[in-house]
Amino acid sequence: MIDGDPAKKAALKVLGVRKSYGPVVAVAGIDLVVDEGEFFTLLGPSGSGKTTLLRLIAGFERPDAGRIELGGRDVTSVPPYLRDTNTVFQDYALFPHMSVAENIAYGLRVKHVSRQEREKRVQRALEMVRLTNLGGRRPNQLSGGQRQRVALARAVVNEPEVLLLDEPLGALDLKLRQEMQIELKQIQKEVGITFVYVTHDQEEALTMSDRVAVMANGQIEQVGSPVEVYERPATEFVAGFIGISNVLVRDGVRFVVRPEKIRMLSEGEPAPPGMVVESGEVEEVIYVGMSTRYVVRLERGEHLVAVRQNMDALGDAERFEGRPVRLAWTADHTFVLDKRR
Amino acid sequence: MSETLTRFALRAWVALVLLFLFIPIVVIFLYAFNSSKIEAWPIEGFSMRWINVTLSDAEVVSAIRLSVEVALVTTLLALILGSCAAFAIHRTTFFGRDAINFLLVLPLALPGIITGVALHAFFDYSGILLSVATIVVGHTTFCIVVVYNNVLARLRRTQGSLIEAAMDLGANGFQTFKDITLPLLSTAIIAGAMLAFALSFDEIIVTTFTAGAQNTLPIWIFAQIRNGQRLPEVNVVVSLVILVTIIPVLIAARLTGGGGASRVPAAK
Repeated sequence: MIDGDPAKKAALKVLGVRKSYGPVVAVAGIDLVVDEGEFFTLLGPSGSGKTTLLRLIAGFERPDAGRIELGGRDVTSVPPYLRDTNTVFQDYALFPHMSVAENIAYGLRVKHVSRQEREKRVQRALEMVRLTNLGGRRPNQLSGGQRQRVALARAVVNEPEVLLLDEPLGALDLKLRQEMQIELKQIQKEVGITFVYVTHDQEEALTMSDRVAVMANGQIEQVGSPVEVYERPATEFVAGFIGISNVLVRDGVRFVVRPEKIRMLSEGEPAPPGMVVESGEVEEVIYVGMSTRYVVRLERGEHLVAVRQNMDALGDAERFEGRPVRLAWTADHTFVLDKRR
Repeated sequence: MSETLTRFALRAWVALVLLFLFIPIVVIFLYAFNSSKIEAWPIEGFSMRWINVTLSDAEVVSAIRLSVEVALVTTLLALILGSCAAFAIHRTTFFGRDAINFLLVLPLALPGIITGVALHAFFDYSGILLSVATIVVGHTTFCIVVVYNNVLARLRRTQGSLIEAAMDLGANGFQTFKDITLPLLSTAIIAGAMLAFALSFDEIIVTTFTAGAQNTLPIWIFAQIRNGQRLPEVNVVVSLVILVTIIPVLIAARLTGGGGASRVPAAK
């Protein structure tokens, strides 16, 4: 059982939920508690069951076993239109025959909210996503980023207990995606709605989330804050999926050193006290703009990746492949892997 | 140089083909206003004479009425059965789904004479008297397809997540159908209905085998031409039929954006 903060109220509880499609197990028994107002991310590669879990929460799928609670109410067998959740779909799913404003108002309309109230809330939602003047447009007259905002407004305007987002930024280009990440997080803080966000993008997960659940093979590998899952991954899978991880075995213990924690010592530089030093040879130098990645083959045969910020312009000596180096790191910055895998 | 020549030749060829296709139709229109009783070229003079004669001919009027009635009832049946079938095939998977899809589309490819003979044999065998109802049944067999194809093509082009989005926003099954599914399908349904009407209205082969003493318009025309009687009236009636069938087909093509309104089976 993975608990949320005991001081807060749970918005969503997933208890022992399983779902199979024929012989394929999509969700293999998941327990989860998401707190009210939390930005919670399900992170995993494709096929890890994260989208199925989201669809189970939305009610599009029925679990084979287990229970789902929303705001303390058991909704396991409640159809999607009676659940207090709203979804931002990956393909946005905007109604093409309705204007932007009509799209946003649709949820309120079917719930018989008065016209006056509807107009007020739609207006507010349009302001929130900065599309105030586009209420009269049709979805096909909007850009990808604008459609994405409409999809968000259409969901948020209903003020659901939990807002579900299925890779909502997946179709946007990198620049727009990064802008939207910041904007999404701001909107979430502003409206205070619980977000359950599905993504396969580790950077997206780390940037926006209060807590991240890393999923693989229909199960949760680890739940924790972005710092926790990055700095103290519970399993080798988590270590490998989030960031670059160097796995080493020394004295029968498997542990991980993150590339940015490794220091490359210059020739003749004495080993700093308290640091582990190992020597090897630079095999590859990868220049990535902000930093440079060095793939180093240790004398014991393993490969390590070290990252160095490009604080000064790169000298020729440092670009040299095949040059011997010494790598140093603090034992505090390594973490021993769970023996599960 | 040779490129302009090729282009010119190509255009001339296209013009010839179009002329070949449409000159006979234009001639019929012209004959409808012919003042003479004899179809001869050049036309002696223009008059409204045959139009007046035709419209006051009780036989013609009753044939038109019957054809319209049959086409309307056929369209209604085709609409109901065709859209229901399209939904069933699109939404569900069941044993024999592909076979049913094939059987629904088959009447399009099947020569009308086979449908006609088969239906005639069936009605005869079951002791069902040929009547307006049997004509409608005959027409419905091949009109279902055009509605079915149009609706199915639209369903396949529609994002599946739209239905889920509506339900997610709180719309129950009926509201989703009314607010989302129906508006998205409406043009395909209308286009299908118009095509069905046009198909039924000018159908002759199946009608020949499924009509008793009833004369639909095409049957009446055929009889007149065979007997060489009242040919000027036939010209007027044919012009009318062209108008009645062309307009809905044009609207249907408009509604489905050109390609969709074909009588050809939807790609499967």
